[in-house]
Amino acid sequence: MVTVVFLGKLADLAGAASLALTAPLDWAALKAALPDPVAEALDDPGNRVALNGTLLADKAALRAAEGDEIALLPPVSGG
Amino acid sequence: MMRDIRLLDRRFVPGTLIGAFTKANPGFGGVCSFLGEVRGDGGVEALELIHYAPLTLPGMHELADCAFDRFALMGLLMVHRVGMMRPGEPIVCVAAAARHRRDAIDAVDFCMDHLKGAAWFWKRERRAGEWRWIAPREQDHRDLARWQA
Repeated sequence: MVTVVFLGKLADLAGAASLALTAPLDWAALKAALPDPVAEALDDPGNRVALNGTLLADKAALRAAEGDEIALLPPVSGG
Repeated sequence: MMRDIRLLDRRFVPGTLIGAFTKANPGFGGVCSFLGEVRGDGGVEALELIHYAPLTLPGMHELADCAFDRFALMGLLMVHRVGMMRPGEPIVCVAAAARHRRDAIDAVDFCMDHLKGAAWFWKRERRAGEWRWIAPREQDHRDLARWQA
């Protein structure tokens, strides 16, 4: 499984803090597996993606394998 | 070199942190400290700070590395709350010790601007029983840009 973690507002859109999806997962498969409002939000360049704690420079290049963790990160709101 | 970078999930006492930090840096010329508290204006009942463990604390350590590279510091304290807070509770405490005051003052200013504008925190407020996510402020981006020259 791949764990998908939703931060901030994206957790509200997803209706959960995290989700387990079947591996492997690329960008298109991830978007197809998520609720529509989250999938749409992911195209916003302000929303970043991390794989196993490393930010992806190019979200569309996402390749997640068994045991990986994807984090979906909206713009930070300041400490 | 005294370096204390932490995320805390419960209330802290700033004076205790700053007192211990000051003692841990003998021979300094100056210590500058900043304490941020949850503002009680506008009917805010509670504030929740969310973090993402794989990014948030490592990001604060990178920020500390940058501060040590950029300023002549003897020590740096950076403590940030996560979780649920109420108005009047401390949320962030940054202190820097240096031989000369300008390094200490600027390092705290630098760290605060980056914590506010670039650190991995998401914040929501409860007013009249309703939770609302806080969007990034334009001012935070301007504050951050000051250091990018």
